[in-house]
Amino acid sequence: MKDWPLWEVFIRSKNGLHHKHAGSLHAADAQMAIENARDVYTRRNEGNSIWVVKSTDIVASDPEDGDMLFEAAKSKIYRHPTFYQLPDEVNNM
Amino acid sequence: MNNNLYQYLLQLGDNALILGQRLCEWTGVAPELEIDLALSNIGLDLLGQANQWYEYAAELKGGDATPDTIAFLRDAHEYRNVQLVELPNGNFADTILRAVIFDTFNLLLHEALTQSSDQRIGAIAARAVKEISYHARYSKNWTLRLGGGTEESHQKAQKALNDIWDYAFEALTPGPVDHWAKEAGIGPDLEQVKSKWEATLQQVFRLASLQIPKPGFVDRKAKSEGIHTEHLGYILAEMQFLQRAYPNLQW
Repeated sequence: MKDWPLWEVFIRSKNGLHHKHAGSLHAADAQMAIENARDVYTRRNEGNSIWVVKSTDIVASDPEDGDMLFEAAKSKIYRHPTFYQLPDEVNNM
Repeated sequence: MNNNLYQYLLQLGDNALILGQRLCEWTGVAPELEIDLALSNIGLDLLGQANQWYEYAAELKGGDATPDTIAFLRDAHEYRNVQLVELPNGNFADTILRAVIFDTFNLLLHEALTQSSDQRIGAIAARAVKEISYHARYSKNWTLRLGGGTEESHQKAQKALNDIWDYAFEALTPGPVDHWAKEAGIGPDLEQVKSKWEATLQQVFRLASLQIPKPGFVDRKAKSEGIHTEHLGYILAEMQFLQRAYPNLQW
């Protein structure tokens, strides 16, 4: 069981929301990963949908590229739609 | 009090409580963290089911009876679980093979109980079926993995099946209370449950490349007369210690 690959787990807490990264776990195959994720991450009623993906299949940005990728987005307040009044009927924005 | 109904509820509650207690013994020592959590989850599902059966039983009994007095203040001979669920966990394969045998029975039983003439039983069973469906899937998938895995896992799974098979049939063999339940429309005909149970397990064991042994001694009377193995006393000693040492202790 030491050879079990690592899986990343994404849980959707309720309908209408998106899946959020919950953590990672070990499992021999995709089916076992779903079952393990159910047991590890949803036992206190945290979700109604699970995604799993092998950790090796995740492509991550390089921390070295931080400035190039993210610096440009800072100090552009006009990109944030915070000047609107949201009607009460619009939930989960 | 309807003693037959009370005994029938004890059969249901005691199976759930004792297997739940056994599965929670894996906490902290299972082969993987994920298995540790899974077995404890299943154990806690069973504990919740036991509580519901005991609530109904306590109402029937009346007086000072509560689910706690039923769980903590009965001695071994008053328990009505089958011997299968009180056997020690053994290794992981032993636990899984016991689970697939019991869960398959338990799922068929609770599916039938949703049609019970007793509405309270039907409602409890309808809720429990969702949990037990998962238990049955979990133990089936692990049986397939162990049986079809490495040479060592296959050998351990086959040995586990050989060791436990004689205990499998008590749950499927009707006792006086099961006959009463069938006549009253409260519980199913266990002969019908047994034929579905055998068909399901034959398929699982064939897929897992496991040979079904010939049944040996099957005349066990734990659920009908309270004749248990020595193991139940040790379970109760641990489970009931606090209530016995400090009567009426509150958590």
